[in-house]
Amino acid sequence: MTVDPNTLLAIAAMAIATIATRMGGLVLIRFVTIGETQRRALEAIPPAVLMAVIAPTALVTGPAETIAAVITALVAMRLPLLAAVAAGVVTVAILRMALGA
Amino acid sequence: MAMAPLIVAVMPIGLVFGAVAAGKGLSGAEVTLMSALVFAGGSQFVAMDIWTHPASWAALAFSALLVNVRHVLMSASLGAKLQGFSGPAKYASMLLLADEIWAMAEMRAKEGKLTPAWFAGIAVPFYLVWVTTSLAGALLGAFLGDPKVTGLDFAFPAVFIVLVMGFWKGRGTGAVLAASAAAAVLTHQLLPGVWYIAAGAAAGVVVALLAGRSQEAHA
Repeated sequence: MTVDPNTLLAIAAMAIATIATRMGGLVLIRFVTIGETQRRALEAIPPAVLMAVIAPTALVTGPAETIAAVITALVAMRLPLLAAVAAGVVTVAILRMALGA
Repeated sequence: MAMAPLIVAVMPIGLVFGAVAAGKGLSGAEVTLMSALVFAGGSQFVAMDIWTHPASWAALAFSALLVNVRHVLMSASLGAKLQGFSGPAKYASMLLLADEIWAMAEMRAKEGKLTPAWFAGIAVPFYLVWVTTSLAGALLGAFLGDPKVTGLDFAFPAVFIVLVMGFWKGRGTGAVLAASAAAAVLTHQLLPGVWYIAAGAAAGVVVALLAGRSQEAHA
C-alpha cells in the first residue's frame, strides 16, 4: 500500500485537470453563451478522443485485437456494457491462444 | 432510488478499473486515490492505457483534460438549473459531476426542481461505490494472473468501444470517428508518446466543424 511520488503527482495533475472541466461550465455560463459552433466542437471531442485511444489497439496491433474489437462493437449494439466487454475479453483471449500471438 | 440501476452498473466497471490498474503496477492506495480524486472513469482507463513508470504527469493531465472536456458542456447545462443552490453548493455539487449523475440530474430538472439534498443523495453513493469497487478490483486483480493471457488488458479498449457506440448520433459521428482513427493510427506510427490522442481529437473536431458548416450552407 505504498504511494509513489511520481504517481501521486500524476494523480493530482489529473484531478486538477478534471476539476477544471467540472467547474469550467459554471464559469463559462457567466461570461459567454455557447453557440452552435462551440457546442458542435465540444460535442465531437469525447467520441474523437475515445476513438483515438482505441484505434492503435483495435486496428494495428494484430488480428486478435481487431476481430475482438469488431465483436465488442457488435455485441454492444444489443447487450449492456458488461456483456460486450466480456465478449471482447473472451474473444481476444481465445484468438491469442489460437493464433499463438 | 432512481440511481440504483446505475450504481449496480458502475460496480463491475470499478472492479475492472482496479484490476487493470493493479496490472499496470499501481498499489491499492494509488488506485483508491485516483478514483477518489479524479472520479472520472473514462479518463482513468485512458490513463492506464498510457501509463509509464515513472508516471508522466503532463501527458496524463493533458489526456484527462481531453477526455473530460465534455464536463464543461454538462456543467454549463446543469449550472443554469441549480437555482436552489448557494454559490459554494453549486461548485461543490459539480465536483461530483459524472456522465451518469449528469443524466439523472437533467432528467430530474425536466420534471421538477433540483435541490442540494437530492443531488447529494444520488451523487454521494455513486461516488463511494466507484471508490470502493476500484480498491476491491485492485486487491482482487493481483490474483487474476497475467492480463495478456486472460485477455483482461483488452477490457479497457472494450469499455471504450462500448462508450464510443453510446456517442453514436448518425453519419456525422461516423465521419468524426473515421477521421480520429486515421489521424490517431498515423500519429501513433510516427510520433512517440500520447500525441496520437491529441491528433485524433483535433481531426475529429475539424471534421465536425466542417460538417456543421456545410450543413449550414445547405440549410
